[in-house]
Amino acid sequence: MNRLTVNIKNKYFPKDGCDEIFTAIKDLYFELSNNEFICIVGPSGCGKTTLLNAIAKLDDDFDGSITMDNESLNENISYVFQTPRLLPWRTVLENIHLAVGEDSALSSITDILQQLGLGDNLHSYPHHLSLGMQRRVALARAFCVPSKLLLMDEPFVSLDQSTARKARQLLLDLWEQQSRNVIFVTHDLNEAIELADRILFLSESPSTVLDDIKISIPRGERTSDNIAEFKQQLKVSNPAIQHLI
Amino acid sequence: MSRSSFLNSSLSLGLLLIIWQLIAVMLDTSSLPTPILVFDTLLAELNNGELVHHLGITLYRLTISFFLAMFLGVAIGLILGRHEKLNLFFDSWLIILLNIPALVTIILCYIWFGLIETAAIFAVVINKLPNVVVTIREGARNLDEELIEMANAYRFGRNKTLFHVILPQLYPYIMAAARTGLALIWKIVLVVEMLGRSDGMGYQIHLFFQLFDITSILAYTVAFIIIIQLIEVFILQPLDNRSQRWK
Repeated sequence: MNRLTVNIKNKYFPKDGCDEIFTAIKDLYFELSNNEFICIVGPSGCGKTTLLNAIAKLDDDFDGSITMDNESLNENISYVFQTPRLLPWRTVLENIHLAVGEDSALSSITDILQQLGLGDNLHSYPHHLSLGMQRRVALARAFCVPSKLLLMDEPFVSLDQSTARKARQLLLDLWEQQSRNVIFVTHDLNEAIELADRILFLSESPSTVLDDIKISIPRGERTSDNIAEFKQQLKVSNPAIQHLI
Repeated sequence: MSRSSFLNSSLSLGLLLIIWQLIAVMLDTSSLPTPILVFDTLLAELNNGELVHHLGITLYRLTISFFLAMFLGVAIGLILGRHEKLNLFFDSWLIILLNIPALVTIILCYIWFGLIETAAIFAVVINKLPNVVVTIREGARNLDEELIEMANAYRFGRNKTLFHVILPQLYPYIMAAARTGLALIWKIVLVVEMLGRSDGMGYQIHLFFQLFDITSILAYTVAFIIIIQLIEVFILQPLDNRSQRWK
């Protein structure tokens, strides 16, 4: 089933130097299941990264619950951050090995790296790779870890357009081979429409789900024309989220 | 070491020896023996086994107290650097420890624990520890939070996070603490030996002082400087090169 339920009633931060609090998330609820790919779109500063960190259990200081198949989420998750976050003093292969664990099969790791065009860089240190390559290593790490949930926080930001397009295609290929639930945060609606099964639109903070849109275009037909047309329809039919489109 | 830098340091050391020789010849006094005389004495002391014995004892004390101070210092520095409240609480202790004169801690250790080996080593560790703690604490404050978050997200666990994420980042600080530590510790070990031990370099130098045997004092010093240089070239520098290869 792999049904992930996210239900955050309240997440706040104390403001520096005074007793006031800043509410980042309030009454945010959504579900995803059956290896769905959802994108989260929202204005900057609305708490998207806070949301991912809560799901990843990096931050458990909030009211509410996050469950997988009605049990608390204890299993492995994969997380691709905004920056590659590779250990500079470990090689590509060592970086992935550390995340996957000692009992991981080398062949499956090298297969994924080869598929991502990193077959010649297994023993390179991250400093010797371009940013695009480092991001692909981070992607490989996420897919080498056997998890039911993949979190991605604007993973392709600051790549040039053609590199980002290739990276998105590689992501979709890997996801089709190794299905899992994906939560992909982005501020780029075109990217979201190209990738997602569903898009969640978040409000300004305290953030909550404004709208939940299913992408009706079949995966093979998501050309830039079709995406533009879909956006146009969305604008007309959902005035509540017009400012996000 | 590359060929030109080896040549460079040889020339520079050679110049120092020549200056020493010239001054010694000019003054012609027993207070400043010539380097040749010192070298002869060094060989003689080596041959009769005295130097090896005392140098060995001193190196043994130096090694034990060095590793104890480094191990405890890294652990405490890491904890204080990562926990701001603990750090605020214990900061004054650290400042007190940093500012107690080495002589005072040495004398107190001998009075409280007796003139025994443990007291000697404990005194050296107490003197070095606060320096290591301060250096490592600085490093622990500058750790990359993003990498630690990544390690948590991928459930690295305590050991893996420590050895693969935290310690490699602390490495430059550990090396800095080790280098200054070595220099500081051997100076303190000598004082400790002079005050309360009946062997070791410090004891011997004190003895030579009473006999006014300057040549032997210089011979022992040269022997020790050679050892420290060997540690630098054959242990510390290779460690540095090995850990920097990812850059």
